[in-house]
Amino acid sequence: MSGHTYLGMPAFPERSAAAVQDAQLRHNLRHATRTIRGKRAAVIDELPDWPGAREAAKEIKDRTLRHLDRYLVQLEEAVTAAGGTVHWAADAAEANRIVVGLVEATGERSVVKVKSMATQEIGLNEALESAGITAYETDLAELIVQLGEDTPSHILVPAIHRNRAEIREIFQRAMADWGRPAPGDLTDDPRALAEAARLHLRERFMSTRVAVSGANFMVAETGTLVVLESEGNGRMCLTLPETLISVVGIEKTIPTWEDLSVFLELLPRSSTGERMNPYTTTWTGVTPGDGPQTFHLVLLDNGRTDVLADQVGRQALRCIRCSACLNVCPVYQRTGGHAYGSVYPGPIGAILTPQLRGMQSELDASLPYASTLCGACYEVCPVAIDIPEVLVHLRARAVQESGHRAERLAMRAARWVLERPVRLTRAQNAAGRFRRLIPKRLPGPLGGWTDTRDLPPVPRESFRAWWRRTEKGDS
Amino acid sequence: MRRNVRVALFVTCVNDTIFPDTGKAVVRLLRRLGHEVDFPEGQTCCGQMHVNTGYPEAATALMRRFTQVFGGYEAVVAPSASCVATVREQYPRLAAAAGDPALAEEVTRVAGKVYDLSELLVDVLGTTDVGAYYPHTVTYHPTCHSLRGLHLGDRPLRLLRQVRGLRLVELPEAAECCGFGGTFAVKNPAVSTAMGIDKVTNVISTGAEVLCAADNSCLTHLGGTLSRLRAGVRTVHLAEILASVESGAA
Repeated sequence: MSGHTYLGMPAFPERSAAAVQDAQLRHNLRHATRTIRGKRAAVIDELPDWPGAREAAKEIKDRTLRHLDRYLVQLEEAVTAAGGTVHWAADAAEANRIVVGLVEATGERSVVKVKSMATQEIGLNEALESAGITAYETDLAELIVQLGEDTPSHILVPAIHRNRAEIREIFQRAMADWGRPAPGDLTDDPRALAEAARLHLRERFMSTRVAVSGANFMVAETGTLVVLESEGNGRMCLTLPETLISVVGIEKTIPTWEDLSVFLELLPRSSTGERMNPYTTTWTGVTPGDGPQTFHLVLLDNGRTDVLADQVGRQALRCIRCSACLNVCPVYQRTGGHAYGSVYPGPIGAILTPQLRGMQSELDASLPYASTLCGACYEVCPVAIDIPEVLVHLRARAVQESGHRAERLAMRAARWVLERPVRLTRAQNAAGRFRRLIPKRLPGPLGGWTDTRDLPPVPRESFRAWWRRTEKGDS
Repeated sequence: MRRNVRVALFVTCVNDTIFPDTGKAVVRLLRRLGHEVDFPEGQTCCGQMHVNTGYPEAATALMRRFTQVFGGYEAVVAPSASCVATVREQYPRLAAAAGDPALAEEVTRVAGKVYDLSELLVDVLGTTDVGAYYPHTVTYHPTCHSLRGLHLGDRPLRLLRQVRGLRLVELPEAAECCGFGGTFAVKNPAVSTAMGIDKVTNVISTGAEVLCAADNSCLTHLGGTLSRLRAGVRTVHLAEILASVESGAA
């Protein structure tokens, strides 16, 4: 991950502490996540065999990842045979270079974009801007984020941190700078806001000749790319322009159309809480006289093969970006996405970002700890990623790779005490004897506890001391 | 209902040191039901804090001790859902990571006999009416490890419903995490506190006098929050309610 926009950010605890103070943000998040949660639960519960579908999806992803080398070559051959051109990008810089070069070769100075996590991950918009090319986001929420000079805070609902009053204000302030202005009498009625966005975007679709997209799936057997969306703006981008450039992470590959059917059932139910999403667009290379006549596929690694090498961590690559884990996460719900300092927020971000970017920065090393391990994420994940397992695994790596000096000493001391019952007994006896001297406010990092919570009283006698004194609890 | 089962108590380091009354309650309760309780004094800690904070080697050392101490018993009970979940979920992974097949086998064997208190009572000993008396209004918080780790389901509630004098009131948004999360509580105190306040707000809304759970670690966080807010709600471990009888205090 390039992560250049996130460089030098403070760690999760500081960022989240600021976020939880924002009452408006917490209200917006609580309302939005609760609504999606309820919808998701209803359409998952009605599935005849959710555990079975989940297991099938997990199995397909694991099998594909085990033989990814083979499926990627098959995909490349199929895309090429269908008239597309495949490019391989090892990292963000290479992917951006390829895309900028392809746009420049068309002679165009602007592109329309379909909502795409991969292009945000590599910072493509910024790379295009440096080359004098304007990227127009066309997903409604991404448009709100772009006009608001903001960053996305949710995978599916990037502007989840905004309510409609804020959106109205953004439209009125910024739409004119980017194209057709918002109507002067714009209200915060959702229909009025959608209409303003529709008029603004329609002008863009009709005049732009190059589109950039990601993809939800790539079917290796036919070289077909698949995008699922709700608005139809993606379909506009995928069909109207002359040139289409798709930047897709290598883990989005699935072997067959039959495999795709499993995900077409799981993804909309898990993400928007719908039985079926309104628009599913598929395209295979180019079709003469229909849709874009030039198609480029940029296959993005950017750390993914490193993730694949980690036997525990690799399950994160199963992710289909549904964001069900965000909506149920009690931590995400109170901090919002920005605290995670990555385009991938929430529980999946806490295990994906440190693996893709490494844990050199303070922020990335703090992400595996941004969870209570409550397990709600694992329960809803449609591809059964055991997020708590990966978090615990990454914490061990964080301890190895970065500072934690004071904590290491404390943990070593705790281990020393707990390794021998006699030492534990002595520690308990000391605690019992000096219990009145324990301050109500603890110093250092432990002050994090006593700032808001009282400590439990330490008893005079431990359980084991009682057991011994009463001769095996015979009291 | 089974009689005369020999049960080893794994009291857990937190209960041993801070909440001895919970351990005593388990002893009293099981003896009252006609079972034999032993407390192997070689026990210390399951290693949960170490493994969950990123110190698997220390946890592995504690796991070896646990396995040796409890290997010979027919049934082991722990009044802590999160410690039982550590044994059941984390031990096989730790043993696999240690590359010791004999240890892995032993750990799996021992883990199969370690029960949370409500599992032991309902599944192994076959009882939901333990003859308890507790004349208070109680709400029950299903901790994450009891709910999503051990899948205790309604076992604790079935036990509580049989307690004479006890009025059980439903906790809104019960399945939400309380925000404790072990070292999360001090590493991310702001978020932990925000979650804790939301949880105790729900607790207070029930009008209960007592908040009950199967884990004293979560109750320390919630009890500390309730106490700081002077909310007038006490936190009591499930074992202590089940051990209470008409003549004696909890």
